[in-house]
Amino acid sequence: MTKPTPLPLATKIAVAVLLVIPCAALAAVPLYSRETPELWGWPFFYWFQLSWVLITPVLTYLAYVLLERARGRR
Amino acid sequence: MSLAADTGVNGVELGVVLFFFVLVTAGGFVAVRWRRGESMHSLDEWGLGGRGFGTVVTWFLLGGDLYTAYTFVAVPAAMFATGAVSGFFAVPYTIVAYPIVFVFLPRLWSVAHRRGYVTPADFVRGRHGSRGLALAVALTGILATMPYIALQLVGIQAVLDTMGLGGSGSWFVRDLPLIIAFAVLAAYTYSSGLRAPALIAFVKDTLIYVVIVVAIIYVASEIGFGTMFDTAKGAMAKPNATTGLPTGTFFAGNTTYWAYGTLAFGSALALFMYPHAITAVLSSRRRSVIRRNTAILPAYSFMLALLALLGFAALYEVAAGKMDVFGQDGKANAQLAVPHFFQAVFPSWFAGVAFAAIAIGALVPAAIMSIAAANLFTRNVYREYLKPDATPKHEAQVAKIVSLVVKFGALVFVLGLDRQNALNMQLLGGVWILQTFVSIVGGLYTRWFHRWALLLGWAAGMVYGTVVAYRQEVPVVVTKLVDGDVVSSVNGTRHFGSPLADFPFTDTKVYIAATALLINLVVAVALTLVLRAVRAPEGVDETEPGDYHADAPSTKVVAAAERELAAEEGVTATPQRGQP
Repeated sequence: MTKPTPLPLATKIAVAVLLVIPCAALAAVPLYSRETPELWGWPFFYWFQLSWVLITPVLTYLAYVLLERARGRR
Repeated sequence: MSLAADTGVNGVELGVVLFFFVLVTAGGFVAVRWRRGESMHSLDEWGLGGRGFGTVVTWFLLGGDLYTAYTFVAVPAAMFATGAVSGFFAVPYTIVAYPIVFVFLPRLWSVAHRRGYVTPADFVRGRHGSRGLALAVALTGILATMPYIALQLVGIQAVLDTMGLGGSGSWFVRDLPLIIAFAVLAAYTYSSGLRAPALIAFVKDTLIYVVIVVAIIYVASEIGFGTMFDTAKGAMAKPNATTGLPTGTFFAGNTTYWAYGTLAFGSALALFMYPHAITAVLSSRRRSVIRRNTAILPAYSFMLALLALLGFAALYEVAAGKMDVFGQDGKANAQLAVPHFFQAVFPSWFAGVAFAAIAIGALVPAAIMSIAAANLFTRNVYREYLKPDATPKHEAQVAKIVSLVVKFGALVFVLGLDRQNALNMQLLGGVWILQTFVSIVGGLYTRWFHRWALLLGWAAGMVYGTVVAYRQEVPVVVTKLVDGDVVSSVNGTRHFGSPLADFPFTDTKVYIAATALLINLVVAVALTLVLRAVRAPEGVDETEPGDYHADAPSTKVVAAAERELAAEEGVTATPQRGQP
């Protein structure tokens, strides 16, 4: 068995950035742990985290597509 | 309406729940025929469903596996009782888990597929060439799974209690419905293996999605999110009757930033170390199925976030005098918040649907967990130490029996344990399972760590985590309704009261699992340096670099497995299923 062709550096960086963004955003607890600004009655703490449930899959899917393209298969 | 005095059984609810229970039981037994392989007589077939599940089945299976009674009962209960820091951390936890596992799970899948590994301990043994380390990983997996299965039982109990079952009588009558549900579960898991929960997961998830959508529409239109959050804020700020401190947290404050963050990230790292999570991952057909699933599984996290808020909605209903959380035994129990909420605001038939969703939502993961624990025992204890020449057929037979033993063990666990803080059971499991992280994930990337250093690092983390968790003593508060008044009394203290402890030499509270992992890592690195300096024997690595990227089983491994199977069954082996 041989290793598959290595990924281009640009792809690696792009994938890493896409995956780090949600982790960094949710690790910043002191920044989002607050009540305002409210959205439709939701305190910031709650709607901020809920919105990352929606954003994160988009980022991970993009990372997946980038990897599949770089490997040029399927 | 559910008040403590009301002890009758709700027939409509019970009927609906029984209907769904019979439906999934039939499904569980029929599942043995679903995508059937050549033979059920191997761990690959019984314990991994033939390794043939595609993106959609894997999504339902993993969703059914990871989002459990923990999601439906324990998280909202924690929100109801003590608010955001102890409950809502589950939301960032189940978000960041996916970008994290996106990185390393495909490697684990590839190496497991090429080498025929069934459990994480199989991988550790092959990679680090250490039976002792593999045994440590296997036993940790079994130990950590027990409280998690027990948590599922707590979920079922909450539902049974709400329907009016199990209030009075001897312990046997009280727990009989639970024992029956579990016996039936054990029977179809025994016969169908991983295919049973995979099929039932479809029913479970459909029910859950329907229930949660209806509940959130109700909250939005009948309560209003603003009102709900205001009620919760007030309830959390109110001083606790026994301690005088605020009841809970509405969001993380100065003193709880680290607690919130480490609970979320520690749990996220631990999630895919659990044997049941790895079992579901390894049952998928292709490497790409896993990455695709990391993008679609957060749909469940969205549901989890909304469910968590039902804990706050329950607070509103309590304030409005529409419900309480007193169980059949007259004691207040936060685990009843969600079931009582459904009973209080919806017609009986719909509450029945919700209860069926919760109960089936507990059965699916309990089945997968017992299968995963059985795989671990069979592969890494039985075959490794007791009967090295076990045939695949014999392995499958042992695993089936162990799956029964594990379920029974969990039943004993739950009947004897305090159920008030069910969430802590899962967090304690997290403390243990996270200690396998360095051996497994470290091993996926490097052979640098020395096997003895990994073992001692694991031991250090386990000892620290268990001792510190044990030392978290909290008062046992019993709240009862006496002549219409709520009366709280303190009844001694109990151990394992909190997943949080001061980080060593500071007074910042963090998740015990995170500190233990750090200690584990430091010990492993330091001892690796020492052991490498004295040239201690490293053990043989049976994996090859190419194994970590492969999309198909190794031809060598397949050929060997087929020879073994053919020799045993006396037939010519046919090509393995599940290959692309």
